[in-house]
Amino acid sequence: MSTLTLATVTREQVEDFMFLEAEILDEWRLKEWLTLFTQDATYNVPATDVAPNASPDSALFYVADDRFRLEQRVERLLKRTAHAEFPRSKTRHLVSNVRIRSRSETELDVGAAVLTYRTKMGLTETYIGSYRYRLVVEDGRLLIREKRCILDMDGLKPNGRISIIL
Amino acid sequence: MNAPVTPESKPIPLSELPVVWTDKEKHRFKVARRSFVDPDILKTEYETIFNKCWLYLGHESELAKPGDFVTRIVAKRSILFTRDASGKINAMFNTCPHRGAQVCRERKGNAKSFQCFYHGWVFGSDGKLKSQPGAECYPDDFNADGDANLVPVPRLDSYRGFWFICFDANVQSLPDYLAGAKEWIDIVADQSETMMTLVGGTQEYQIRANWKLLTENSIDGYHAMNTHATYVDYLKNSQGSMSPVPFDGTGYDLGNGHAVIEYRAPWGRPVAQWIPLWGEEGKVELAKVHARLVERFGQARADRIAFSNRNMFIFPNLVINDIMAITVRTYYPTAPDAMNVFGWALAPNEESAWARKYRLSNFLEFLGPGGFATPDDVEALEQCQRGFESMLEAPWSDISKGMKKEKVNYDDELQMRTFWTQWQACTKATAAPRTGDR
Repeated sequence: MSTLTLATVTREQVEDFMFLEAEILDEWRLKEWLTLFTQDATYNVPATDVAPNASPDSALFYVADDRFRLEQRVERLLKRTAHAEFPRSKTRHLVSNVRIRSRSETELDVGAAVLTYRTKMGLTETYIGSYRYRLVVEDGRLLIREKRCILDMDGLKPNGRISIIL
Repeated sequence: MNAPVTPESKPIPLSELPVVWTDKEKHRFKVARRSFVDPDILKTEYETIFNKCWLYLGHESELAKPGDFVTRIVAKRSILFTRDASGKINAMFNTCPHRGAQVCRERKGNAKSFQCFYHGWVFGSDGKLKSQPGAECYPDDFNADGDANLVPVPRLDSYRGFWFICFDANVQSLPDYLAGAKEWIDIVADQSETMMTLVGGTQEYQIRANWKLLTENSIDGYHAMNTHATYVDYLKNSQGSMSPVPFDGTGYDLGNGHAVIEYRAPWGRPVAQWIPLWGEEGKVELAKVHARLVERFGQARADRIAFSNRNMFIFPNLVINDIMAITVRTYYPTAPDAMNVFGWALAPNEESAWARKYRLSNFLEFLGPGGFATPDDVEALEQCQRGFESMLEAPWSDISKGMKKEKVNYDDELQMRTFWTQWQACTKATAAPRTGDR
């Protein structure tokens, strides 16, 4: 198998990577999930009434994690005292419409559609949105520098929380 | 929870008790769980509370320029909140006086006029009818009495940038209604020399629980250590996220059902409690902010603004929490077991990009549906609501903490009793439906 490089990576390889991430999340292998990110990674979910490319430094988001807070989010979710996720919900991330939007010398800009179901205590909630990823290649493997989930919803109704990772 | 008993130890029938039941001698305060589940109670709440009290509409900073508008649902009505061409602020019912369609279907924007798409009537940003197709078919004095204008809300007034409306024209004045809460709103408003401003972006969400549970939760100092254990863990794990300040403070009844807790806490505050995480740059910045507060207000008030936290509740459904960031929150019941919540971030207009960034970062760490704390609150409220399914057999909640003490602690339940006492005065509801109520 040839080494993966930024210049030659295909949509199929990107899809495999994103499908793997979805599987890891749905199996709650959250520590492993962290290994898919660069050391300077961010994970963002903007509020539903701000521009999709808004900055968390100047607009209100639902989630705006740097690498440290991302690690802390995982730590938290693995505790019994993360009450919103104890007992853990069942989740299913469906990732589709994956497309490499652009490719620079350092990054891939990837878009996708995502539908995530969260089921807990007899209720199933749906999160509908798109993903925008900035991906890099380090040591022949894809890593996430930014994961942004842009919700196509009028607020979080009836979800009430983003206690899982979208 | 046992039902209240008479001195002869004979249980009083539920139907003879109010929802809010207190025994001052025994230091007990109970609330009937009927109030969280019964559709008749919700109906009574709309009639006696939401249709009668001053309700928060929006913040002046949302209408910075002439022509700016916001549409917002307040107690089920869509309200069009505008700054007209003359700079005056208006609030009108967003329904065409002609045949009823909602005239403005955007959440916010800037417009010189609003056209109802159904038949094309056009209204100015002050709500006055400007034109309608086929005007020649109406009498010349058609709108002489103004009844073809958008209907203004019966009462509209503001305090320090916070705009309120009331659907009852005979309500007392807003300053009288706010009572003791005014000086606490001042402490928030005084954090800016120009104007406090809402940062762009709304956290809008639905909780499957009764709205009064969020009132209790928003001013509850008691739950933090249990419900928010993982948030405290997070602060401990973050190098330098805490100042050496223990939790300590007091709760106050502000009159008319309003209440507040004021307390010290270890987290950083952009106005202006420094934490090591914010480094030398932050130290210099916050020292400047604090020095300016001292110049404006003197040492004691400056220290209070800078170093104290406040969870403030304005009856019936406005929360202004000045904690690791400032959130403005309002919420409405859509059913006995469901509410819509709106949360915003408030900040001094003139604060630096540095302070704004850390303020928003602080906000998200704790607050909102994706934070490290609010999701656990949502879980707690929804679990309470599920617990209330047993209300026939377990009919009472207890809100007695601290009643037997002279000095009220921030983690006692005085502030919730303040809310519930006013709620009872408004609704006059009983613990069980009276004969004939069904």
